[in-house]
Amino acid sequence: MTSQHIIDPPEDGHFRNGGNNQPSPTTLSIDLTINGETHSLDIEPRVTLLDALRERLALTGTKKGCDQGQCGACTVHVDGERVLACLTLAAQVEGRSITTIEGLADADGTLHAVQAAFLEQDAFQCGYCTPGQIMSAVACIREGHAGSDEDIREYMAGNLCRCGAYPHIVAAVRQAARELRS
Amino acid sequence: MRDFAYLRADSVEAARNAAALPGAMLLAGGTTLVDLAKCGVAEPATVVDISHIEGLDAIDVSAERAVIGALARMSHVADHPQVKSHFPAVSEALWQAASAQLRNMATIGGNLMQRTRCPYFRDPQNFPACNKRAPGSGCSAIGGVTRGHAVLGVSEACIATYPGDLAIALVAFDAEADLGDRKLKVEDFFLAPGATAEREHDIRPGEVITAIEIPGSAAARRSTYLKVRDRQSYEFAAASAAVGLELEGDGRTIRDIRVALGGVATKPWRARAVEEALKGKPLDEEIVRKASELAMEGAVDHGANHYKIALAPRVIARAILKLGETA
Ligand code: FES
Ligand code: FES
Repeated sequence: MTSQHIIDPPEDGHFRNGGNNQPSPTTLSIDLTINGETHSLDIEPRVTLLDALRERLALTGTKKGCDQGQCGACTVHVDGERVLACLTLAAQVEGRSITTIEGLADADGTLHAVQAAFLEQDAFQCGYCTPGQIMSAVACIREGHAGSDEDIREYMAGNLCRCGAYPHIVAAVRQAARELRS
Repeated sequence: MRDFAYLRADSVEAARNAAALPGAMLLAGGTTLVDLAKCGVAEPATVVDISHIEGLDAIDVSAERAVIGALARMSHVADHPQVKSHFPAVSEALWQAASAQLRNMATIGGNLMQRTRCPYFRDPQNFPACNKRAPGSGCSAIGGVTRGHAVLGVSEACIATYPGDLAIALVAFDAEADLGDRKLKVEDFFLAPGATAEREHDIRPGEVITAIEIPGSAAARRSTYLKVRDRQSYEFAAASAAVGLELEGDGRTIRDIRVALGGVATKPWRARAVEEALKGKPLDEEIVRKASELAMEGAVDHGANHYKIALAPRVIARAILKLGETA
C-alpha cells in the first residue's frame, strides 16, 4: 500500500460501504505476514485483525469473546508482543510479523511448552479462552513476568476465563515458565 | 462500525496535515479509537495511522527530566529502568492500568487522548442524551446509576469520570505535553466539563502530541501510585492517588509534597490544598489524615458515588504514609 495516500472524503464527510454492491471506495490491498506466511487481502479499512484472521483466512483458533478489548480471547502476538486482535485494525499491522495459536507448535506437531503444560495441568474446561490464555502466557513468560504466582495472576489478568479455571491456569504458566527457564 | 478512509502517515508533518482534514482522527495503538468506533461513539471520516512513524517512541530519562515519545508504548515505559528509579509513580500508574495486552498496544500520546468510560457516553443507542457526544442533549448519568461517576470538577452538564492512571502521575509532577508549536502543562491539557462537556482536551485540528516531558525532582524520585478498585487487577480506579514526597534533612519535616487524584474527578486532579497544608509540617499520621480531607473541598456527589468522598482522602493518606515508611 502506498503510504500517505489521501482519499477525498465524500461531501458529508462519511464513507459508506455496501450500497448497490459497489466495492467500498476505500478498499485496501494489503499483505499480512501470519505465522511466517504472507497473505494478500482486499479489505475495508475498518476490518479488525481478528475478523481478517477468522472470516477471511479461516484461522479460527483466535477466539472472539467480547470484541471490545475486555476478555483477552483474541490475544495474538505482533512482532513478538501480545496484543488484542479485536482492537487492532488489519491495515495497521501490514509489515508486522503476526503469530496466532496455529503458529505456536513446531511444524512436526510438537506442542509448545505452554500448550503441553495447559494439557498436563488440565488448565481449561470449555476451552474457549484457552488460545488467548496460551498466547498471553507465552508472552508473559518471555517478558519475565511469570516469576511468582502473584506476578502470573497480575500479568495474566487481561485473560478472563468464564469457567473459572484460574488455579490450573496459574499452575500451567508456573510449570511452563520453569521448563522454559531450564 | 462505520467505514472510513485509511491513511498512513510516515512523518509527523504528514500526520499534522492529515489530522487537519475534516473528520480525521489519529490512530496510534487503537485501544480507544477502535473501541469507540465499535460503540458508535467515534465516527471518523478518515483514520490517520501514525503508528508507523519512526523515532517517535524514544524514551530518554535522566535525573533532570524524562522525555517520552508519543508513540512509546505503555508497557515499555512501565518497564524502563530509569523511569522506575527516577519516576516510580509513573511506572506504577502504567503497570496498574488496563492489561498487559492493552499496555503493549496503547501509546503514551494516545493515553492522554483516552476518553471517559461513562457507560452512558459509551452507549449512544440506548442513551441518546449525552452532552459529551451531543452538546445540549443532556446528561443521562445525572439521575442514573452513578457509582463510578466523578465528585470533583463536575458540572450540571456532565459528571463523567476521567478514567486514566498515567495522567494522574503526570499532573502530580508538572509534566508537559509537546504539541509541536506549543507545549502545555498536562494539567491544562485536560478540560473540566463546565458547559462544554464535549471538549475534553486542549488540542486543535492538525495538532499532534509528539512527546511528554516530566521534570525530575526529589519528590518524583520518592513517589508512588496507589490504586483502589473493585477488583484487584484489570479495572479502573474507584479512587487513586499519585503522591511524591521530599523530606528535610531531619527525615521528618515535609519539604515538598505532590498529590494528584484519579477515579474521582472529571479530569486528572491536582490536590494543591493538601500539598499546601502539609509543606513544612511533620510527617505524622494524624496531620496527614486531616490534610488529606482537604482534597474533597467542593465535592458534589450524586448518590451512589458518595463513597468516593470518604474513600479518596484515605487513599491519599495511605499513599503518603506508605512513602514515609520507605527511606
Ligand atoms: S475478543 Fe478481544 S478482548 Fe475480548
Ligand atoms: S475454559 Fe471456559 S472460558 Fe476458560
